[in-house]
Amino acid sequence: MRHLLSTAQLERDETIELLDQAAEISRLNEESSRKFPTLQGKTVFTLFFENSTRTRISFELAAKRLSADVINFAAEASAINKGENLKDTAQTLEALGADALIMRHPKGGAAYSMANNDWTTASVINAGDGMNQHPTQALLDALSLRQGFDIPDGKGLDKKRVLIIGDIVHSRVARSNIDLLAKLGAEVIVAGPGSFAPESGYANLDEALEVKPDAVMMLRVQKERMNQPLIPSDREYANLWGLSERRAKSIPDALILHPGPMNRGLEISSYAAESEKSMVLKQVKNGLAVRMAVLSSVLGGKNATV
Amino acid sequence: MRLSNLELADGSMVDIVITKSKIASIEKASASGDIDLTGMIALPGFVDLHTHLREPGFEQSETVLSGSQAAASGGYTALFAMANTQPVADNAGVVTQVHELGQKAGLVDVRPVGAITKNIEGKELAALGGMRNSIAAVKIFSDDGHCVSDAALMKTAMEYLKPLGGIIAQHAQEPTLTIGSQINEGDMSRITGLKGWPASAEESIILRDALLSEQTGCPLHICHVTTKLGVELISWAKQRGFPVTAEVTPHHLMLTELSAREYDTRFKVNPPLRTKADAEALKQGLIEGTIDVIGTDHAPHSHDLKDQDWESAAFGMTGLEQAYQVAHKVLIESGDSDWNRLQEVLSARPAEIGGLANQGSLEIGSEANITIVDPNKDVIVEGNRFSKSSNNPYTGMSFSSAVTHTIYKGEFSYKSFQVVS
Repeated sequence: MRHLLSTAQLERDETIELLDQAAEISRLNEESSRKFPTLQGKTVFTLFFENSTRTRISFELAAKRLSADVINFAAEASAINKGENLKDTAQTLEALGADALIMRHPKGGAAYSMANNDWTTASVINAGDGMNQHPTQALLDALSLRQGFDIPDGKGLDKKRVLIIGDIVHSRVARSNIDLLAKLGAEVIVAGPGSFAPESGYANLDEALEVKPDAVMMLRVQKERMNQPLIPSDREYANLWGLSERRAKSIPDALILHPGPMNRGLEISSYAAESEKSMVLKQVKNGLAVRMAVLSSVLGGKNATV
Repeated sequence: MRLSNLELADGSMVDIVITKSKIASIEKASASGDIDLTGMIALPGFVDLHTHLREPGFEQSETVLSGSQAAASGGYTALFAMANTQPVADNAGVVTQVHELGQKAGLVDVRPVGAITKNIEGKELAALGGMRNSIAAVKIFSDDGHCVSDAALMKTAMEYLKPLGGIIAQHAQEPTLTIGSQINEGDMSRITGLKGWPASAEESIILRDALLSEQTGCPLHICHVTTKLGVELISWAKQRGFPVTAEVTPHHLMLTELSAREYDTRFKVNPPLRTKADAEALKQGLIEGTIDVIGTDHAPHSHDLKDQDWESAAFGMTGLEQAYQVAHKVLIESGDSDWNRLQEVLSARPAEIGGLANQGSLEIGSEANITIVDPNKDVIVEGNRFSKSSNNPYTGMSFSSAVTHTIYKGEFSYKSFQVVS
């Protein structure tokens, strides 16, 4: 794998391999925080044209654990404001000897353009582009689901029913998960208000929960991606679509996922976020492991081990 | 000058004799002439109602001269230059400048389009009367690139232009439905994760302005129709007798949203490429007459403006150099239409809509504006030959016909595949 741009490029077998590798890393990470020499001598830039402290530090730590030299390019504060285009940023980092660019960008397709335009020879890892894709999020969610369901390494998520709730249309997390989880054999159902999920057809979360999901994935209400408000009010959203304590108790066996950061009291109640079925912190840990697996796959060659 | 052994659109074989810039006579084909054009077809010179020449203001992308050369090579003898230059062609000064640059280039009749609103901002009327009465004698008014979205302002513009004999060319795009839109809304916006561009944004304005044209009596020309329902709405308006005409671009006839799948910015265009079903409906509309003309929407952009990520790249693609070839592929090569219709949509009808008495026909006594094509010439497009820009969506594609010569006002502007300077 030279780049990771989209879940669309990942076939089932390759995905399961990546998840297995991440699972192994995750077990090693539990034992100690020691570094692996896999990416010694490699230079990795994080290039965030859109603010996201969580994702950036997760990637940064992943690269550091693999002994890469990591430089954080706070793009949203610098070049873009001076009018530099993506090509010039790419060529600048190329000139500095970048081996990998971990990029988040507010525009859809930006990672694809970065990787496919002869602007740079570095590997590109898409850390989120506009409404399009966030492939490492889908991988970490898949790994968290597999662990939560006690499914062993080497297997997918066959026959598991995952309900994704929220702003499906504007969410790269949803788009990536819908694609990847389905490839792993899960049945993915989406739900949300009509302006968030036009094709879902449920009137509220109670109705959607009648599908008896094995897991629910609550999406963050992303006000920054709406040109204008798509819901009447936060209160109405919480009433109709929030995973309240009552609703969480109505699905006692279902895993609860949220990509973070959470709007407590809006899409998810504290009860749900902290329940024993909540995978939220597991997702954060798996994010590190998945990103280490992706980085070593992209930069370390096919047989790289950690 | 006697051009001998030409075929006309109706199949007859003739010689065309040109004297002092006019077609002096059309005679039975003879054995001898100044230029033997056996195997070629003569058509009235093409007229483009929708060209962006970029001058003044964006000369790195195109100039009146380079655009005129591209036009001559594409078989055009007249074109209408859109107003979204910098400064905007919203007053007599700018349209006069463009008009004079066109005359200086001397390869094609350059007719400036005037903006409907000041600085194409959609707020106040531009100097419509001043432009109409200028030496450029502006006939077509358009904010193309932007939609005049304010319904009351559009109605006022129509009321004002009606007695002046002007026509409105609307870029139909309801702006509140297309904030941040990138690509046809549907499968392709889902696949690419780019913000969708709903068909209804175009259709709602087509319907609204058709109603306003009926109410005011001002002729309305719908630029670049792209959707099946848009074609149906225009058909409905025409059946009711509304003064509405419509245009389709070569790219919306031939290309679909699938081209944009890999974020190749050459295929980023406003309005966006639509589905195969839309392209098919546009073709049928063009053949049946619901759509009057092919307008290129030739939109040159410098390499820098296209060598970007998809969302940052500029909208637009070039068309002057390939429009005829696309028309030939869609109408003739497909077997679905004929040469008469091809000359109507590329020449006669746009000349009529644009009010160009000297264009659009091969009648004896008319100005000699003639395009000569080779109906059996295989060509692989290697990019633009004359336009200053390289955003040609047909690069690498093959066509089976080509323009060989263009005659503008009785003289070759393009001869044996070369522009005559």
